[in-house]
Amino acid sequence: MIAHSIFFYFFSLITIVSAIMVTVSKNTVHSVFFLILGFISVSCLFIMIGAEFLGMVMLIVYVGAVAVLFLFVVMMLNVAQQGNEIFQNSRYTHLPVGLIIGLIIFFELIIVVSGWKYKPDIISSNSINFDSNLTNTHSIGMVLYTEYIHLFQLSGMILLVAMVGAIVLTFKKRSGIKRQSYIEQISREKISGVSLVNVDSYKGVKIDD
Amino acid sequence: MDNIYYYLNVLFVETYKILFLLIPILVSVAMIVWLDRRVWAFVQKRRGPNVVGPFGLFQSLADALKYIFKEIIIPASSNKVIFIIAPIITMTLALVAWAVIPFGEDFVLANINVGILYLFAVSSLGVYGIIMGGWASNSKYPFLGAIRSAAQMVSYEVSIGIIIINVLLCVGSLNLTDIVLAQQQFWFVLPLFPMFIIFFISALAETNRPPFDLPEAEAELVAGYQTEYSGMMYAMFWLGEYANILLMCAMGSILFLGGWLPPIEIYPFNLIPGALWLIFKILFLFIIFALVKAIVPRYRYDQLMRLGWKIFLPFSLVWLILTATYLYYFNLLPSV
Repeated sequence: MIAHSIFFYFFSLITIVSAIMVTVSKNTVHSVFFLILGFISVSCLFIMIGAEFLGMVMLIVYVGAVAVLFLFVVMMLNVAQQGNEIFQNSRYTHLPVGLIIGLIIFFELIIVVSGWKYKPDIISSNSINFDSNLTNTHSIGMVLYTEYIHLFQLSGMILLVAMVGAIVLTFKKRSGIKRQSYIEQISREKISGVSLVNVDSYKGVKIDD
Repeated sequence: MDNIYYYLNVLFVETYKILFLLIPILVSVAMIVWLDRRVWAFVQKRRGPNVVGPFGLFQSLADALKYIFKEIIIPASSNKVIFIIAPIITMTLALVAWAVIPFGEDFVLANINVGILYLFAVSSLGVYGIIMGGWASNSKYPFLGAIRSAAQMVSYEVSIGIIIINVLLCVGSLNLTDIVLAQQQFWFVLPLFPMFIIFFISALAETNRPPFDLPEAEAELVAGYQTEYSGMMYAMFWLGEYANILLMCAMGSILFLGGWLPPIEIYPFNLIPGALWLIFKILFLFIIFALVKAIVPRYRYDQLMRLGWKIFLPFSLVWLILTATYLYYFNLLPSV
């Protein structure tokens, strides 16, 4: 148990410190790196409570895909040079909004955690048959693809619509760009490509273009 | 006090096991670099490295020695911490993934339930070594190389993921040992042959090997994300890259070529231990990797992206549906 708690406090300390550093650090790229560190240690915590599937999926989805896109965006912004003055001028302008959002999340957490602690029957209103012999990959699949299949599909559809929306908003058909058409290239015949001309001497050929 | 002794004991045993795995891998990475250059040379009718030691076997060791004694130059305008961390991350991740590779039925460091997900997660983390290296160098070519490389790795991971799902449908478990044991009747390369080909090509792209080595396309980007690195830090990127290639070969042989299983369970094949079979398969795949490097010219970047998103992804998705339909229709779905 000692080793268990040592590891637990180690990972939670890293999570908390990196979460603080995400907001505190001046360089945005650094804060994304701290975010990644936070994700990794959260997935370590997941693995420690035996939810190895969640931990791995957290690594694959958040660290392997989402955070890479974050990094792309942030690196392109190049805030490093202009960053400091923006922060100094408008340090307190976003404070009220941030405070309100923070308070809402805090109260939600209090409600959920206290409900979980003092009235467990609120959380587990529709009882799910949980078999502890199964691996947790199996048990997540059993719940997700049977009871919650419609919600699962719906969330997938929402993501798809968001993706299509982002593409539609940013896609511009520009003229003046030479694009390759593979079918056109492959199906080119000799007739359209080469023409045989009888050249009279001292006259040359007139090429029409 | 008993507790502490117990933990110390566990620590020593595990460290011993890890060293037993790591040292052969590091040595074989050095050897594989030699093999790569040798195969490359033979295709081009050259001799390749043949001076240091018998058949030039010690060439990689000599190179490594040279790298160790070279000065490490850290650019003045670079972001120093991240600059130093990047090659360390690349190499650590490439080595850490070997923990779950099974060399035999009970011959594995960590036999975890979600082994294949672990492999996938670790290989998707590999992007960070490259991005960090490219960004921290604070220079144009490394940055462009890093962005190219990251986009390439992220897009080919998608098709690798779907190929893995194909195999998992036939197995019914995420455990690597189970995946190998499910191939006792026939290897998955037979029913899933197109998936094997796509996996192989995606593995080439995932490890930034030619013909997909655009991050290091020397005519365009000098040396990509490695441009500012020198000495041991460059060597670490290099070792990590080759360890990753070996890992991809191991993954391919576990998913499709039956891991440690011999081709047929009869007399002469039975004698050879399973670990050797796995090593043979890894070497076989690696030699194809090396041949591809020697034979195929480099892709253009938009062609690379087109191949990943418009050809491999739809094809593997359709094949996934076919596999699922076939298994369901003929009642072959594995009981979980």
